Parts: sequence; C-alpha cells; structure tokens
Amino acid sequence: MRRRVSWLLVSILLLLPLAGVTPAASQGKPFDGVTVNVLTFTGPQIAEPLQRRGPDFGKLTGAKINVITVPFSDLYQKVLTDVATGTNSYQAFVFDPQWMADFVTPGYLEELTSRVNADKALQWTDIMPFFRNFSATYGGKIYTVPLDGDFQMVYYRTDLLQQAGLKPPQTWADYFKIAQTFNKKDLNGDGTPDFGSCIAKKRNAQSYWMVWSVAAGYLQAKGTREGSFFDADTMKPLTNNEAFAEALRVYVQTGQYGPPDELNWDVGDSRSGFVTGRCALSIDWGDIGPLAVDPKTSKVQDKVGAVILPGSPRVLDRKTGKLVACTVQKCPYSTGGVNHAPFAAYGGWSGAINKAAPAKVKDAAYAFLSYMSQPAQSSTDVTIGITGFNPYRRAHFTNLAPWLKSGMSAAAAKNYLGAISASLNSANMVLDLRIPQNQRYQQIVLDTAIAKMLAKELNIDQAMKEITDGWEAITNELGRDTQLKAYRESLGIPTK
Amino acid sequence: MSKAVDRPGAEEIPSAPGARRIKTGAGWGAARLRAAADWPARQVTTSFVLPAVLLLFFLSIFPLLVSAYLSLTRFQFVPGGFALRWVGLANYGKLLVGIEQSHFLGVPKPPTVVGWLLFGLAASVLLLFAVRGITSASGRRGVVGRAAFAVVAGAGIWLAVRTLTPGGFPGTLLTTLIYVVVGITVQYWLGLWLAFLCAQEVAGRRFFRVVFLLPMMITPVGIAYTFRILMDLGKGPFAPVWRALGLAEVSWANYAWGARLVVMLGDIWQWTPFMFIVLLAALESLPAELIEAAMVDGASRWQLFWRISWPQLIPVTSTLILIRMIEAFKIIDLPNVLTNGGPGTATESLTLHAFMAWRTLDIGGSAAVAYMLLFVVTFAALSYVNLAHRRLAEAA
Repeated sequence: MRRRVSWLLVSILLLLPLAGVTPAASQGKPFDGVTVNVLTFTGPQIAEPLQRRGPDFGKLTGAKINVITVPFSDLYQKVLTDVATGTNSYQAFVFDPQWMADFVTPGYLEELTSRVNADKALQWTDIMPFFRNFSATYGGKIYTVPLDGDFQMVYYRTDLLQQAGLKPPQTWADYFKIAQTFNKKDLNGDGTPDFGSCIAKKRNAQSYWMVWSVAAGYLQAKGTREGSFFDADTMKPLTNNEAFAEALRVYVQTGQYGPPDELNWDVGDSRSGFVTGRCALSIDWGDIGPLAVDPKTSKVQDKVGAVILPGSPRVLDRKTGKLVACTVQKCPYSTGGVNHAPFAAYGGWSGAINKAAPAKVKDAAYAFLSYMSQPAQSSTDVTIGITGFNPYRRAHFTNLAPWLKSGMSAAAAKNYLGAISASLNSANMVLDLRIPQNQRYQQIVLDTAIAKMLAKELNIDQAMKEITDGWEAITNELGRDTQLKAYRESLGIPTK
Repeated sequence: MSKAVDRPGAEEIPSAPGARRIKTGAGWGAARLRAAADWPARQVTTSFVLPAVLLLFFLSIFPLLVSAYLSLTRFQFVPGGFALRWVGLANYGKLLVGIEQSHFLGVPKPPTVVGWLLFGLAASVLLLFAVRGITSASGRRGVVGRAAFAVVAGAGIWLAVRTLTPGGFPGTLLTTLIYVVVGITVQYWLGLWLAFLCAQEVAGRRFFRVVFLLPMMITPVGIAYTFRILMDLGKGPFAPVWRALGLAEVSWANYAWGARLVVMLGDIWQWTPFMFIVLLAALESLPAELIEAAMVDGASRWQLFWRISWPQLIPVTSTLILIRMIEAFKIIDLPNVLTNGGPGTATESLTLHAFMAWRTLDIGGSAAVAYMLLFVVTFAALSYVNLAHRRLAEAA
C-alpha cells in the first residue's frame, strides 16, 4: 500500500509541471512550436553567441533556434545551393554581406526594410551608418541585420613600444622599423626568439584581405566613392600599376619579420601568436582586442594597442599608373602627408532570412536576429573575444561599462575603440568588393596569385598580370556593363 | 510425310523445315497458361539486375552526364534564380590555353641539358615502343593504342621536363601525378617490407599486424590534422629537435617541395597499411614447397625473396597498384587541411583544384577540371591494364 502511495506521489510530482506550468508558460509566447534553422560558419566565433543566446531567445518567445555550422570556405556555396535547389533547409543565414549581390539578384533573401522600420527595440539608428547603409542595404533596400563590425587595424605591443621609445606605426616604413626592432627577440619571456610581425598569409584563408589592407592606402586617396578595386568608369582593375607593385613589395617584405611558417598561418594562428606574446605587430579585425583580455589564454593583458591601418605618403595616379607623392589635391584626406585608407574588410557578419521560409518562421527568424543585435545583448557580446563580434553600434563605442566589466582597462578600451572609430569615421574608408561573384575575384584569382607570389612561384610583375588578366576574364565572362553597374552601385555612384 | 493427327480439333502447324508442332485448342490454352506461369521466372534475371542498373544509372551515369553538360556551361544568377549558359569548350580552353593554364599545367621554362637528355631518352623509348607495335602482330587496334600512349606519355614527359626545370612550376595536373607515382611506389615497397617482416615467425607479429593497420582506419581529415600538428616545427613535438638542429628559421611550409613532401608523407602513412595487408595475405598464401625446394638447392634469403616469392606476388601487385592508382588520383583531404594547396599552388591536387572552383560556384570550371581528371585517370588505368597488368598476369 505504501509502495502504491509512493508511486502515486512520484507520478503527481512528475506530471504536475507538465499539467500546470507548461501550458501556462506557453501562453503568450509568439513563436511556440516554431523552429528556425540558422546557418553560419563553424565556430567558435560567430556560432558561439548564436548558440549561447538561442535558448535564451527560446525562453522568451517559444521559438527553437538550431544553429547549423559549416566551414567558412563552404558557407557561400552551402547557402546558395540550399536556396537555388529549393531545398530551403535553412531559414536564416549569418554570413558575409559582401555576397548580397549574389543572394539578392535571384530573389533568395527576404527584404527587411518594413520590419526594421517597425522594430523600435532594434534601435536601427544606433547602428553606425556604414553598417546600416553598406553591410545591410542593397539597391536601397535592407536585407540584413548587422551583428558585427569589421575593420582591419594594426595591433602593437604597448609595453614594447614604450620601452623602445617608438610610436605606433603611421606608415609601412614605421611598421618595418618596429618589426625589425623586435624581430628575433624574446617578447614573452619564454626564452625563445619571437617575431616582429605576424600576418595571416595562408592560402584560401584570409590572406587576400590582408594584402588589400596594405594596398588600400596606395590605391584610394580621394574618398570612399573612388573605390580601390576597379576604375569606376571602365571596370579596369587597379592591379597593374606602380602603386599596387609597391603594396605587394611591402606585403612580401613583412615576411622578413614573420614566423618561418607564416605562409601556413591563418587568423587563428596570428591571433594566438599575438595574444601569447610571440608577435610585436599584427594585422587583424577587431578580434585581438577582446581576446587579449582573456586571462586563460592571454600573456599580453593590458599590453595591446590598436591603430588605424598604416598609410602611404605616395599614392596611385590613376591617369598614368605611377606612384606619386601626396599633395592636398591628390590626397585630400591625408594626415601629415600620409594617406590612410582603412579597409572595411568583409563588412561584418550579418543575419539574413530565406525568402522561401514560411511566414511564421520568417517572423521568428527576424525576431532572433533583432534580439542578437539589440544593445542589451550585443553590447556584451562585442566585448567577448570568442564571439568574433566587433563593435558596430554607437552604444558599443560610447558605453565603456561592458568593456571594463570584460577586464579591459579604461585606457586599453579607449585605445581599441579609438582605432576602430578612426577607421569608421574616415572619409577615405575602403569598401570591400561587393559585385556579383566577388568570391571568384578575391578568393580564387587574387588569393591564388598572392599565394604564388609569396611562395616565389611568381614575381611581383607576374602576380599583377595574373590578377589583372584573371579579373578581366571574369568581368568579360559575367558582362562588363553588369559588373560595372554593380560596382558603381556598391560605391554609391549613380549609374551612367 | 506428316503423321496423322488423331485427336478431334487437332491441326498440324509447320514451324521449321523438318519440324512440326502440334497445336490443339486445349494445348494452346495450356501453353498460354504455362507461358504466363513462366513469365515471372523469365523476368527474374531482369528484376535482379534492374535495381543495380538503375542505381548505377542514377548514382553514377546520370551525374557523369550532367557534369559533362555542366562543364560546357556557365553558372549565373539571374532574377528569379540561376541560369546555365552554354559556352561550349570555353571552360576547357580556360584550363589548357586560357587564364587557368599556369594553374592547371604549370609554368614551363626551357629545359636544361639534363632535361633534354631525359626527354630524349624517354622519347626514344616511346618511339621504339610505338614502332614495335607496328612491326609486331598486335593488329590495328594495338598499333593505334601504342601510338596514342606514346603521344600522350611523350607530351606528359615534355610537360614534366619543362615545369620541373629551375624557374618553372608544375601545375595541379603534374602535382597530382607526382603524388600518385611517388606515393604508390613508396607505399608498395614499404608495405611489402612490413608484410615480409610480419610473415616471419617472430614474437609480437600479431600485435604489429594490428598496429600497422591502424592508419587506414583513421579518417583522412584526422590524419591531415595530426600531421599538421606533428609537422608544426614552431610548436609541435619535433620543435625542440628542429631548433637543436639550428633550423628554427626554416619551415617546410615555405618551400614547394617541403610542403609536397609532407603531403606525401601523410598519404604514405595512411595508405601503406592497405598495401601491407593485401601483400601479407598474398605472402602467407604462397605454397611452402617452392621455397623449401629452393632452400634445399642452396638459395640465399635474397634469392628466395627475389626469385621465388616476389614473382608469385606479381598478379596481386598488379591489381593492388591499379586499385591504388585510381584512388590516389583523387587525393584532396591532406593538401586541403595541411596547406590549403599552398604555398602558392604547390600542393594543390586536381580534386582540390576542382573543389576550390566549386566553392565559389564556378560550377562549369569545376566540372571541366573534374573531367580532365577523369580523362587522365581513364588513360592511366587503360594504359596500365593494357601495357602492364595483362602482361604481368600472363607472365606470372
């Protein structure tokens, strides 16, 4: 009898929550029973915050967020083959806004303009104009919700520069001076020599952005609308001239102060190298700043400074193809005769919605992307190194509290955010390429030629010719007028 | 003279000269019934074969035909979806004479004196081989086959001599061939040596049999990551040794042949067990009488192996090489994970070349590379079967 009573009690206790709590809890939740499959790249960066915040969003709204990850190099084709074949396994994507030209033209993405305009919690105008107008918008319509801000900068060791009486690099000549000073010195006290400069130069990884960070200051001087990839009137590549040759020479020279296997380093290696104190300088997006704060991995806490990408006192004369000295007319945005052109590489991870998804799922997907971007969540996420999210809202720059909470000192936070602000506010900011099939221009032709040049398969002249011929072939293949129109639109230049 | 038909309703029907068939009303019905009853039996062969044929068609032949079509088209996004635009042989032209030529075929340079000598020697052998085909009684097909082999092999050797010369660089085609030839050669002899050791009556041979098999059971990506860690001479387990040798400033990743060597080491490590296990089985199944007789005749251990055991392994060897060759052409995991095809394009195989094009949705270009690989594998396998496999099998 006692046994029966015990069973009864246990059963009641087990069933009580189901009978009482669940229905009550589900009442009023707008997305009960809705599942959203979100496709992004294999983390931990980017996937981590989505996976961490997915269950929190589920508790608030009832929606189930499944985050599916694939390697970065497979992401582009994975999204497109899914939507192009009508499989539609994924209802939302967190990807590169550079690819929008390929996604929007066939009509695969849901337009978000009306949703964004009606969404007060998103605080759209708090997002910095560049990310709103470039990363999120295509053809005047909003298609993505920005989740990340991307600028490449140079990171340096504040302690080392202070000891040596050196200033952060303003030009590539300064960069070399610092790199040379600290190369082959023990920079982290482990008794082994370290490196003056660490740059991710591995093929088929991030090298093609790194080389453009060097080239940008030589190629673009008259403001963002001038563009740095092609002549905006003829669509002829700007990759076979004295300025680009000089940029390539600089890029090759950085290898003299790098690790011996730098050609096999991707950003994972260069970030790890920098935060473990093995590198005096590095080029990277905003990730090194928060990563350097993590006491578990970092040996350079409070010893990291960031600065806008070094510039050049000489720039491309587009009429002659020559490298000429900066003047007020030639470099209207120069500082002290140095033309800085901060490169907005990649454009920041952004969330988009599959147009073919059911209406309710699209609503849930949008609500999740909005939730991720809202200041309450994103202000914390951008301070955590593993998220891969970098500042992109005004609140991220003005509110120092989350940064201090993350372990960053006030001076370090101001320095780090200052470098990003300087890039973001530059009138000569360089936009990344956003024309149809930009993947083939950058990830195949540019990346392969640069890799061959670094491996000494090609000299600088041959590399320039290979890039120029390859880009011309793709432009001719896809249609010069179409590509030119897309290029001009991406720069905000009206089509002729 | 026909035999009388004594049953009512029966009639005689001619069927063939000298033969007769009796057809009756009742017999006709019975025959139809029998035929109907036999129908399933007659269809049984077809029904057993049909699923396999359909499977083969949908999984192998259909994709083959579709990819052939894709290699002649260009993939483009258009409002409302995508379009495949017919471009003829443009994707192949791009590889052989266009912007992808240096990637696919490599960067040629004028051959050195040694290069000329090697090519001259190879060309003479091929010419002799082709001429012998004409003079021998191998028939027209044999002559054409020999001539085709001589021309293609000669072109391949010319490409190798010009791109492996100082200043030149091999493309993905030759890099793949290097992986195949070097990999299979080392794997075979290493596998044979290990098999020979494990075939001896020594302590712990069962343990070593299992240990030697392990690499084959690990996923190739796992092997590639393991080798990436092992070969990291800055942080990996061999870093102290590398530093002690004064080579801290040197990395294999910066040198084309260093990187290719590491890829080949990984491939050899992975695939030697396959050679080992098959050769071990073959060695253990050899009849003992021949070896015993040779020992009685005073043959040395070397003679026992070289004159008695190895000739008997030739049929197995030949089949093993054929299987491995077809598989080895498809190498992708190791160069992709270890180096992403770098430095430059030094370690990029044909499959990786196709994969990289496909990742950027250059589907036509990717299919063209895949078809070039198919042509090369088919040519290599057919040549091998006709020129080596059959003869070796017959000789054995």
